[in-house]
Amino acid sequence: MADFEIKDLRVSVEGREILKGVSLSVNKGEVHAVMGPNGSGKSTLSHTLMGHPNYKVISGQVLFKGKNILALQPEERAKLGMFLALQYPVVVPGITMSNFLRTAINAKRGYDGKDKSKAINVKEFRALLRDEMSVLRMDDSFLSRYVNEGFSGGEKKRAEILQMAVLKPEIAILDETDSGLDIDSIKFVSDAVNRMRGPELGVLIITHYTRVLKFIKPDYVHVLVNGEFVRSGGPELADWLEAKGYSEWVKEPAKAPAALEAK
Amino acid sequence: MATVIPRIDVGDNYKEKYGCFDPEKFVSKAKRGLSPEVVKEISWMKNEPEWMTAFRLKALKIWDKKEMPTWGADLSMIDFQNIYYYLKSTEKQGKTWDDVPADIKNTFDRLGVPQAERKFLAGVAAQYESEVVYHSLHKELEAKGVIFTDTDSALRDHPDLFKQYFGTIIPPGDNKLAALNSAVWSGGSFIYVPKGVKVEIPLQAYFRINAENMGQFERTLIICDEDSFVHYIEGCTAPIYTTDSLHSAVVEIIVKRGARCRYTTVQNWSTNVYNLVTKRAVAYGDATMEWVDGNLGSQITMKYPSIYLMEPGAKGDVLSVAFAGKGQHQDAGGKAVHVAPNTSSNIVSKSISKNGGRTSYRGLVKVYPGAKNSKSFVRCDALLLDDESRSDTYPTTEVDEPQVRIGHEATVSKVSDEQLFYLQSRGITKAEAETMIVNGFIEPFTKELPIEYAVELNRLIQLEMIGSVG
Repeated sequence: MADFEIKDLRVSVEGREILKGVSLSVNKGEVHAVMGPNGSGKSTLSHTLMGHPNYKVISGQVLFKGKNILALQPEERAKLGMFLALQYPVVVPGITMSNFLRTAINAKRGYDGKDKSKAINVKEFRALLRDEMSVLRMDDSFLSRYVNEGFSGGEKKRAEILQMAVLKPEIAILDETDSGLDIDSIKFVSDAVNRMRGPELGVLIITHYTRVLKFIKPDYVHVLVNGEFVRSGGPELADWLEAKGYSEWVKEPAKAPAALEAK
Repeated sequence: MATVIPRIDVGDNYKEKYGCFDPEKFVSKAKRGLSPEVVKEISWMKNEPEWMTAFRLKALKIWDKKEMPTWGADLSMIDFQNIYYYLKSTEKQGKTWDDVPADIKNTFDRLGVPQAERKFLAGVAAQYESEVVYHSLHKELEAKGVIFTDTDSALRDHPDLFKQYFGTIIPPGDNKLAALNSAVWSGGSFIYVPKGVKVEIPLQAYFRINAENMGQFERTLIICDEDSFVHYIEGCTAPIYTTDSLHSAVVEIIVKRGARCRYTTVQNWSTNVYNLVTKRAVAYGDATMEWVDGNLGSQITMKYPSIYLMEPGAKGDVLSVAFAGKGQHQDAGGKAVHVAPNTSSNIVSKSISKNGGRTSYRGLVKVYPGAKNSKSFVRCDALLLDDESRSDTYPTTEVDEPQVRIGHEATVSKVSDEQLFYLQSRGITKAEAETMIVNGFIEPFTKELPIEYAVELNRLIQLEMIGSVG
């Protein structure tokens, strides 16, 4: 059995079935890309895996570390070793990034405000951040800013990857992490993700465009259309999609239109 | 005419029963209710000059004539004839630790309030042991000519200064509750800062507080002479437990040319208290007045710190936070009155309602004719934590001068599912996530507090929030 296994997952949003029986096995050490056109159910998949309350599971299982995680709260999934980099990271006014990161790290370590030995100490925290932030080309001023408030698209995505880097998940889902990024930001983000790749991390990259896959080479590519996987293959499937797009299934180009790239 | 004060029979077993004080000191027991006799008695017991007795009696007449305000929170439950208007501090000590409700004790525990302080906050001990801190500070202040004392002592020791300013900013006729306070006031702080003197450390009521000063009807008077500075802090985040159901204070502040005064309040009355407070400051040329006002406890609070901008260049800020839980109504806000040209005001009000609690913002911005180039900005943000809670805004703007810049912005928001999901997806529990969002929401307020108050406030919010998630 794989380390992370999605079995025949069916999910509805506001009464409409979006995922119609999706199965996927991800092992640690592997990078999987889930690609698909707009409306294919990519975000539904990522949000369901992390436990967003608006996504109702009709049937199926997601097995991780011997548990069906679909019964767990999002924070329990996180503590188990899952991470979701959001496509649209949320603003939390008045909470500094530094406070947010520290709270998240402590939560993962099981610090409940009582046993101080479980909490990360200041020195350790700084060292951890300094390292990861330099890879992502983020300066210290970023830590005193409020969570995602006034962040540019690139800053938001880099902040997501920074969270991933310090929380050290075993299964990471990157939801459209490349969207809205200029080419430099894509490079920084990809460098950081590549640095984390290894036998202890399984990655699910969810993306519309093949661009990011040039920087983060996937081991497997799966095409999601209309709530079902229609094709799976190796990295060559991404190249094939780049040339053909999703035209076999829907009328839409796989390549990013110039207008989007400019953003 | 001074009435005879009845001696009450203490009885032989009194000491065994209450254990904490000497019956010998127990001289008098005031009567419930309000009458000229009660007012005269108060003045007589305090040995006040005649003018103060007359002032009190005149205020009582005004009280009798004026109607209760009906435009705000519901005050019909207050039985003014069932209240003790003056108790000596020894009488207030009639409680024991066992009488203090369990939830208050729990909160002390969770906040880690020191034992000595707990008894004081719960009204069991009359004196909080901070005398040492206070005495060294007191010497330093004295050398600079700063007066920092309780209001009763100020009337006795600085009669001329006192008489010159007392009741000039909030006369008894201002409103019914100001009249009540004027008639029966007791305790409070008196501060005078001489010309050019900047008081570096915040002056805290805490340093010299005793049961008298924590009274129901305290009266505070602050005078900042030209180019001076003072930061005064009253209250604390730990809950103040009292069996008195009415707290009605009056605070008057004079900020002279070029001076700056900041008045910080963090109040957490127990939830049986009606907290009806009149606070007003006048700011003269290029002076700055800042109200930083946090209201957590009480059943009903009505409080609208005001600033009268009397001369060009005067500046006023009101920054307030209100937190209303089950059965609470926080009716708070601020007033800025622009009398002179080139004056500016900034009112920021943040409110949080949960478990059916209700918050209201009530504010006034008034610009008189000729107050050219005045600027005023009002912002009220309400955060609702559930569907049963409620928030309203009642902003009033009266502008009689065309050449001004006035802005008003109001938002009502809920803790969003997206915010909760985001924080939870990082391993933070729902309860912690809600607390973080609330603490973030009031951060513009918290960051203005001295660090120890900010930390305590965040912890207190945390306690309130955990209660709400159950």
